[in-house]
Amino acid sequence: MKRQIPLMLVLVFGMFLIFQYFIPHETSEKAYEFLLDWITIIGIFAMALAIWSLFRVTVAKVRTRKENWGYSIFTLVGLFSMMIFGWTAPNGEGWGWYFIFVLSVLMAIGMLVQTMSVKSGRGLWAGLMFVFLIIAVLIGIFDNAWSFHFMSAEPLENPMFRSFFDFVLMPILATTFSLLAFFIASAAYRAFRARNLLATLLLVSALIVMLRFNPYLTPIFGDYMARTSNWLMNVPNLAAQRAIVMGVGLGIVATALKVILGIERGYMGKG
Amino acid sequence: MDFGTFLWTSLAAFLTLGTFSFLYKDNPFYKIAEHLVTGVATGYFLIILWHNGLVPNLFQRLEDGNWYLLWLDSSRPLYLIPAILGVMMWTRFSKTWSWVSRWPMALYIGISAGVAVPVEMSARVNKQLYATMVAIDWNNFFGHGGFNLLDTTSGLSQVLIFVGAMSALIYFFFSKAHTGVFGGVATFGIWVLMIGFGASFGFTVMARISLFINRLQFIDDNWVQNAFNTVREPNPNWSGWFQAVFWVIMVLFIGYAVKEFVDYRKRVRSQTA
Repeated sequence: MKRQIPLMLVLVFGMFLIFQYFIPHETSEKAYEFLLDWITIIGIFAMALAIWSLFRVTVAKVRTRKENWGYSIFTLVGLFSMMIFGWTAPNGEGWGWYFIFVLSVLMAIGMLVQTMSVKSGRGLWAGLMFVFLIIAVLIGIFDNAWSFHFMSAEPLENPMFRSFFDFVLMPILATTFSLLAFFIASAAYRAFRARNLLATLLLVSALIVMLRFNPYLTPIFGDYMARTSNWLMNVPNLAAQRAIVMGVGLGIVATALKVILGIERGYMGKG
Repeated sequence: MDFGTFLWTSLAAFLTLGTFSFLYKDNPFYKIAEHLVTGVATGYFLIILWHNGLVPNLFQRLEDGNWYLLWLDSSRPLYLIPAILGVMMWTRFSKTWSWVSRWPMALYIGISAGVAVPVEMSARVNKQLYATMVAIDWNNFFGHGGFNLLDTTSGLSQVLIFVGAMSALIYFFFSKAHTGVFGGVATFGIWVLMIGFGASFGFTVMARISLFINRLQFIDDNWVQNAFNTVREPNPNWSGWFQAVFWVIMVLFIGYAVKEFVDYRKRVRSQTA
């Protein structure tokens, strides 16, 4: 039952969806959409697993006072702040006691982690946790300036939620990607030495594309640099990308068939 | 720009500079940014999936039922099945019950694999082949309006795309030795692949450079110029506090740089002593 039923499920649903593709009927389309909804829902529940895993790992780091454990507090603050902002929204212009509420919830979580971490004096930390929790609950009940929204998307317009996205998430992600410019350049220095024909082809095509917008070269080459770069992107690069995409496509189909037929069972883990 | 917005901009600038500081080495500013983004990104995607995934796909479909009857009286109670399967995924952390999580996992994998076979075959293989094997434009074989080898829509380019793609595919075919004509075609294939990789690499580098320039512009235009009120239209809300926030952040980074320099000098002295 532990291994046979999962194998049967994969085979039955996999084969059904392959054949369903070739049946242009309303019922078949509905079944397809229905099952797609299923995997969306299961996937989101799996996300909760990932968040619990992140929470466990982060708390364990704090509990055992591992090296650099203090930074884990930023992870917890970021995670729970976004969760609070994503499920609450102000009802009008004012904020009321909203920020005291957010602070109380974060402090309660902090006290919970501290209670789990210390070996003596747990009662004090647990007591403080309940104090902060009670403050949060009281504000949640009596403050009318804001409210919880679990079933409507209003919190996505919460200024705090948007600000965390605009001023925390986006700058760090964009900067991390821009950092790759430096690492990619150092990698290129090692990879691009024109030692043979293949490396030379790589070097020349990369240089032409990179120097495309260089204003100093325009008086010398005119628009040839831009046109050559355009040709490289749309002819040899397109041919190479198409070959790779087709290879990837055939690889995906082969792997999917191996999974459906039970040859590939890695997803089941051990035991 | 009011002071509140400037504070947010300063936080963004602090995190941007902190992330850039990784170019020197792993340091406290980078660690703060790294740990913060892990939590914020996880929270953000949880909320997005909740409001855009779980609510419309599950809760709104069950909402005509009663929760105390487990929504079994809903018009669409079958949507309870994926919810139960989703909850079964949570047994993953139990040593005794982790096998239960295989059922929803198997369903997820089975449905995904079943969808992938025809869809991937159509999108990644068939459609790419159709686009590669187009009718050759003999009237404009060497370019539209005369001889123009850099014309990407000419008949010659169409032939080159077809031959290039097929040769690159042949290069990846390892069931036959790459010798003779087959080997020659495979060699042409690797040339095409190398030119393609070079062009893609150059394009990626330029995209990253653009992003880098954008971050520098953000630091200058949005942060430094607002801190010193040197923007084109002077800010009526500007006060000395704007500069104060700027200098607090700068003192943090400069202080760290000085500390690192002092540590370095100490290390060098201890090594030479």
